[in-house]
Amino acid sequence: MIKYTEDHEWLTIDNNIATVGITHHAQDALGDVVFVDLPEVGKTFEPKDVAGVVESVKAAADVYMPVSGEITEVNEALRADPSLANSDPLGAGWFFKVKLSNPAELDALMDETSYTTFSANA
Amino acid sequence: MTTPSAIAADTLLKTPLHDLHVSLGARMVPFAGYSMPVQYPSGLMAEHVHTRSGAGLFDVSHMGQLRLVGPDAAAAFETLMPVDVLDLPMGKQRYGLLLNDEGGVIDDLMFIKRDAVNGGGNSGDILVIVNGACKVADIAHIQARIGMRCNVTPLPQMALLALQGPQAITVMQRLSPGIEKLVFMSGARVSIGGSAAGSAQHIECFVTRSGYTGEDGFEISVHEMQAEALAHALLAQPEVKPIGLGARNSLRLEAGLCLYGNDIDNSTTPVEAQLNWAMQKVRRTGGARAGGFPGAPKVLAQLAGDPGTLTRKRVGLVALERIPVRDHTELRDTAGNLIGEVTSGLLGPSIDKPVAMGYVNAQLAAPGTRVNAIVRGKPVPMEVAPMPFVPHRYFRG
Repeated sequence: MIKYTEDHEWLTIDNNIATVGITHHAQDALGDVVFVDLPEVGKTFEPKDVAGVVESVKAAADVYMPVSGEITEVNEALRADPSLANSDPLGAGWFFKVKLSNPAELDALMDETSYTTFSANA
Repeated sequence: MTTPSAIAADTLLKTPLHDLHVSLGARMVPFAGYSMPVQYPSGLMAEHVHTRSGAGLFDVSHMGQLRLVGPDAAAAFETLMPVDVLDLPMGKQRYGLLLNDEGGVIDDLMFIKRDAVNGGGNSGDILVIVNGACKVADIAHIQARIGMRCNVTPLPQMALLALQGPQAITVMQRLSPGIEKLVFMSGARVSIGGSAAGSAQHIECFVTRSGYTGEDGFEISVHEMQAEALAHALLAQPEVKPIGLGARNSLRLEAGLCLYGNDIDNSTTPVEAQLNWAMQKVRRTGGARAGGFPGAPKVLAQLAGDPGTLTRKRVGLVALERIPVRDHTELRDTAGNLIGEVTSGLLGPSIDKPVAMGYVNAQLAAPGTRVNAIVRGKPVPMEVAPMPFVPHRYFRG
């Protein structure tokens, strides 16, 4: 299952763990990503908390936590090579994994069809 | 993540190259009241690197162009700036600073003395190029202060293109043989294209060998009716790619060049900005035409090093960790005291390190001084560093 947020982030859910990244639309708007700041493993967040930062040469943007939960893993490969967020935003460019504390929150997020419409108008 | 919301595009002005930018796939953004290309499909990083290795074409037609005409124009213009205008030779360009009565910078600009056109009706003049966002106020200021001593004529019909990078000379020489004789900070009327370049069309331009990237290159003032033809002629050359404002900013910052509104403004003096090189000796205390410009008492006291007059200086900064440090980031000393602020900062694509410029307490401005930038609440160690961060490669003959 893949879900999307209005902040142009995606989540895939596997066994109550969500993997989170930024969408193709987001990386395209930012341009060449040169830096990411990722959350600490073990830290817990509420929805809309700032969990990280993604920066291109020209701009910096906050990465928001889409759901409540605890960080279980961050993408060290992305930290080492932030351009993965451009080259493979939905794959190797993932940001972090979070253990869902309230899976019902997923219902409020967009599915693929809704997000395609949303981002086309963004 | 948040993306910038769209701003009503219909209120923005367009340069003569607007449709060309759109056809090249540029992302257009509002800048200085104009719709301007921030980047093309290849992206900021590739455009930056291309300008340092090939030749990049920039549309800077949003900038203001004006001419000062009359026998008293040079002497009159000197009364607005701490700069030697009178002794500047014909055909030579210089950097200038319009100051307010407190010594703050109203705008920074380039000016060049131009000869009368042979056999034409035009008299000689001083061509002045000012920042786009400041041009309306600049022209009003110049008109109000010296309009009775010379003719102040805005040139809104003129576009401005810049061709920058180590291969710019190869391109320009191909299209306008003889142009290689121009050295850095000089200019001439030239014809671009024509039979020598294998093209039917001649385009009359005024070209200076200067720019805003730290690279060798040219700025080309051309009538708006011919701007698109000139851009097409340049883009048809294999060395040339279009470059947006995003790369223009990263290139100028690596070159240590100030951006008006960020690194200098109404509240900063040229001495605080460490632009002392722009103030020739003849206008300083002891010089033949010392003072006589707005804010002179304050600026000359700072230049002379009078105690207590200079409390802050603009410096270059390099981060010691790979974390970009951006505009308005607080700077603190290693004891935690607030000592200044970053005015421009980004990860420099050529130097491949986070670089910045900003203002710090004058006693902490020596290269090698360690400071901390406070990024998202955490200290990022930085070192005061000499500028430019990337060496200038101007052609001085």
